[in-house]
Parts: sequence; structure tokens; C-alpha cells
Amino acid sequence: MNAAAIAPSAPGGVQPDQRTTVIEVRHLVKRFGEAVVHDDLNLDVYRGEVLSIVGGSGSGKTVLLRQIVGLERPTSGTIRVFGEDLKTLGAAALQALRNRWGLQFQRGALFSALSVIDNIALPLRELRTLPDDLICQASLLKLQLVGLSARDADKMPSDLSGGMIKRVALARALALEPELVFLDEPTAGLDPMASDDYVALIRELRRELGLTVVMVTHDLDTLVALSDRVAVLADHKVLAARPIRELVRIDHPFIREYFLGERGQRAMQALPPAPAAGPASPAHPASPADAPDPAGPQPGEA
Amino acid sequence: MPARGLESRLAHHFPHPLESLSTPAIEVTRADGAATAHLRGDWTALALSDCHRARALRHELHTVGADAQWSLAGLGRLDHVGAQLMWQAWGSKLPERLEANEAQRRVFGRVAGLRRENWKKHMVDRFNPVTLLGASILSMLAQLANGVTMLGQLAFDLLRFARAPQRGPWREISANIYSIGYKALGITALVGFLIGIVLSYLSANQLRIFGASIFIVNILGMAVIRELGPVLAAILIAGRSGSAITAQIGVMRVTEELDAMRVMGISHGFRLIMPRVIALAVAMPLLVAWTDVMALSGGMLAAHFQLNISAAFFLRALPDAVPVANLWLGLGKGVVFGMLIALTACHFGLRIQPNTRSLGEGTTASVVTSITVVIVADAIFAILFKDVGI
Repeated sequence: MNAAAIAPSAPGGVQPDQRTTVIEVRHLVKRFGEAVVHDDLNLDVYRGEVLSIVGGSGSGKTVLLRQIVGLERPTSGTIRVFGEDLKTLGAAALQALRNRWGLQFQRGALFSALSVIDNIALPLRELRTLPDDLICQASLLKLQLVGLSARDADKMPSDLSGGMIKRVALARALALEPELVFLDEPTAGLDPMASDDYVALIRELRRELGLTVVMVTHDLDTLVALSDRVAVLADHKVLAARPIRELVRIDHPFIREYFLGERGQRAMQALPPAPAAGPASPAHPASPADAPDPAGPQPGEA
Repeated sequence: MPARGLESRLAHHFPHPLESLSTPAIEVTRADGAATAHLRGDWTALALSDCHRARALRHELHTVGADAQWSLAGLGRLDHVGAQLMWQAWGSKLPERLEANEAQRRVFGRVAGLRRENWKKHMVDRFNPVTLLGASILSMLAQLANGVTMLGQLAFDLLRFARAPQRGPWREISANIYSIGYKALGITALVGFLIGIVLSYLSANQLRIFGASIFIVNILGMAVIRELGPVLAAILIAGRSGSAITAQIGVMRVTEELDAMRVMGISHGFRLIMPRVIALAVAMPLLVAWTDVMALSGGMLAAHFQLNISAAFFLRALPDAVPVANLWLGLGKGVVFGMLIALTACHFGLRIQPNTRSLGEGTTASVVTSITVVIVADAIFAILFKDVGI
């Protein structure tokens, strides 16, 4: 039932009994017609950590994310989020659960007919009982939190640049201050400066709001900078879910290619020197020492 | 059943299985004339909305006032919405005597850092008649100009097509004829047939009173071939295919396909507009003829039962009752209506902005406008050809 079952050898790693599980995926099978996407996949996500999911194109990263939030139904297997199985929940309980997580879509999925501020305010307005001036202020605050200013509030989604769309999408995902945030390719298509800003932003938010983050990404730099653990999706299952430093010791063609190629080597140099006591435990999200951050994070200032 | 058991089994594993939010509340104690406000429960957007008391709590906060002693020690969770509620009550500064922990102070720090930069929620004046009139006149002028440009572009494209027909968009033309013409055969047949029956039934009673049953052939023939056939077919096609063309081109705008075409040097006029105009110009007269046939057969059937006029007699009398010029006029109308519908639909399709609301508005406007344009054109035909075929 605990982490040791999935990540069998976590030598000198985290203390499994101190972690609380937020997401628990067991024996997940997903097929689209003949095509097998996941076959007996297992994964745990712990409170307060940043877990990145990597894998080749078409390895089912996004499909896994969509199944966790209930946009796709698994062919078989169980998925529990906050201890609840989505399949057995009633409508009210499901809504309560959905209010506890936020999802930033790959291409933003902003409502094109609404302005930036209305997009962010939408989850708050949907609660139907809060006074509107309060909602506007809270939405402005979220806008500022992701590094945009009140001047951008009345823009329409079609007028935004790619980086701004990602930021607004994140602000909307954070509107209800969820405990759990899913990020689908958060830095894909951003220039390196913007994606560095974004990394600093997520780090800051994580410290401030105590977020648990599940992130699908292709970007090695983001991956190295943010992840506490990395789950590698290959051969239809999670090959391993461990800190990068331990992950690269695994002998598997995908891992060799991905992490130990030239690009991977370059990105890995950003890792802080390994502490003698083993990698930091992700069980204490509030402690700043947690984030592998030599430079000292600043909120995004775009 | 098993869900219940599982929940308890997992209780140690998940410390917060959907914990119910605790209701936010204020407790005021007074000692030696000094008030102390203890805030309890969760002050988050979800908790505040769950208890439906956001406004009441704001009022309570205001009545306590900033100069009291505030204790947040008993507070559960605090988010920006809850913090903002307090911040407003405190007059946008932390109260002097505040008991709060580091995390809570950090949240207030965020709230304090909010820069509004004069942003105000602004409402667009959507109902002022002067604004509305001005906006609609400007929009009409712009659309007219756009329509004229498009017509000119179409003329150039047709010339280019005539000069090198082997390099024309034949595939698009035939695909459009199939989807706009062939696939509409069923609906035009049904509507035409029923209208023929209705018209025949209504006229039959009047004609019988005057003993002029024979004239059913004139009434039906003239009405259907000259007017009803073309207009019916045009309205059906405007609703069915006009909307489809607008939505299709509109989505191409949303997905940037239009820009992709332009970058590759593929002209919108030559590849999107002209094939549809040609396809409708070809398909519409055929549909008009088809609708005519179906409406006349419906009328014949009704005349047979109501007035005992046989189909053979009806068909023999038809050429004498309706001069053939009417048929050409009807088919000619079909060509013109078809081109107008295609042009209107393309015009609105290309105007669509990349957002969902614009797509809906554009499609509606396209159908309404093309039906109006068809009827206006029909009136012009009636005036121009008042001496032909009557």
C-alpha cells in the first residue's frame, strides 16, 4: 500500500511512513480500441511534493493526467485522489473534490469569450455566494501572483502571448487555492527566460500556498529545477518514480537517452551537489531548503 | 458498501479524506472595555461560500473595527479571499494589535501588495440606443465595403479560373456540389411536396366555388415555377449550407488555418470563396428544378383528390398555362440566389474573430442576412421582369 511497493529500491531515500498520499493509482489499464496506453500502471503522489511525469511522445502522460482528474475513464484499475475513488463518488462529493484541485491545460483552455479577469474569476463566481467586489479583488491578486498586472485584466485571450496564456491559465487553476495542482506542459513553447520565470513562480507559489504539484513536462531544465521526484513512463507503465539523482542510475534505454544524452547532462549540472544525508524529504513543503534552488527564488516579474 | 469500509481503512493513510470545511465565525470578548475578536474556522473562498455568510461576516468584521484586538490563533485555513475580507474591514492596514502566525502574515503581505493600477470593473454600455444605432450603422458600412471588395475579388478569381481552368479548384467545387446540392435533395423534396399539397388544397375550395377548377393548373404552375420553387430552395439552402459555410470558415480562423493558407500563398478568394460560389451557382438551379417538380407533384396529387383533375390533364395543360419564360426566370433566380448565399456565408465566415461568441453570432447573422438578401433579390427580380412570362 505504500511507496515501497512501487519504487522497490529507494536506497537511503525518503521515509515512507512520514509521507501522506494524495494520489494513488493502482493497476491502471487504459486502452483506446486496440492501442494499449497503460498496462498495470502504479503511481503515488505525496503531499507537498512536485512530481514530474516524463516519457516519450505518445507514452500517455496527458492521458494519465486526464484519468486522474476524471476526464477519461480507466479501462480498469483504481485511482484515488485524497483517498476518494472518483468512480464511486456522488455529484456533491465529486464537486467538493474538484474544488480542491486545479488543472492548467497544455494550451491554456481559457474561455475565449471572457476577458482575463473574468476567466480567473469564473471558479469564484461559480460558488454563487461571494460578493462581486471581493471576487474581482481576489482575481486581481491571483493575476499579480502569476506575474501579470492589472493592466492585463481586460485583455481577451486571443490578444495574449503564449507565455501570458500559460500564466492566466495558472491563475485560473489557482483561483480557489487548491491543495493539488496539475500542470500539463507548463513551459512548452516558452522562451528560456519566460520558462525560468515560470519555474521561479511555481517554486514561490509552492512555498506560499503549500501546493502539491503534478507536472507533465518535456523540458529538462524545468524538470531538474522543480521536481522532487520524477516518474518515468515507458513500456505502458511507470518505470520508476524517484529523485533524478537516483533515477539516472537505472539502466533502461529511455532513461539513458533522456537524461544521459548531451542535453540531459547539461541540464543535470543545475542540480545542487548531493547532500551527504541523501535527498531532501518532500514531506515538508514549507521548508525552503526543500527546493533545489541555489540562486534564491524570486516571484516572476514579467 | 465497500466504499465505506475502504474509507475507514485508509483513514490513517489519508489524514484529510474530504474533510468538511469548518464554518468561519467571529467571537468577540470584552474585558476592561477592550474588545478582542477571535476568528475561528476556515476563512477560504470555499468555506465562505459553503456557509452563505460572506456578506454577513463582512458586516460583522466591520462592526468590530480595526482598533480592537484581533486574534487569528484559532483560525483554520486562510486564503486570499478570506484575508481580503479582513483587510477591507481593517481599512487596508494590519491592525495594531494582531495575533497572527508567520504564514498568515505572509498572506496579508500578498494582499497588501495588490496594485490595482486604477483598474475598475467596466461595463460595456450595451443598451444605449444612440450607441447601438451608431455601432450598427458603422458596422453596416464596413460590411458593405467588405462585400463590394469581395465581389471584386470574386470577379478577378473567376477571370483567373477562366484563363487557366486546368489549374482551378475542381476538387473543391465538386465536393461542395455534392455536400450542398446532392445532400439537400431529401429535405427540398419533402418541403416542396408538402407546400404543393397545402397550396393546392387551399386554392381548390375557392376555385370550386367559382367553378373555375381548371385554373388550379395556372395558379400552381405560376406560383411554384416562378416564385415558390426558387425562394423555398434558397431559404432551405441558406439555413442548411449558409450556416455550415460560415462555421467552417470561422473555425478555420480560430485554428489559424486561414493564416496558414495565406502564408503558403494560397488565396482565400480562389480556394475558399470561388469554389463555393460556383458550386452553389451550379447546384441551386438544379435544386430549384427539383423543388419545382416535387411541389407540382404534390399539387397534382391534391388536385386529383380535391378537384378530380387527373395528372395527365394537369401535365397537358401546364405548358399552355405557364409560358416557358417563367421556367428560365425561376432557374436564373436560382443561380443568383445561390451565389448570394455563398457570398454572404463566406463574408460572415471571414469576419469571425477567434472566440466562441463571435462564432455563434457570425453563424446566426449569416443565415438571417442571406435569407433577407434572397428575399430582397426576389423583389428586385419581380420588378425587373414584371412584363416577362405573364
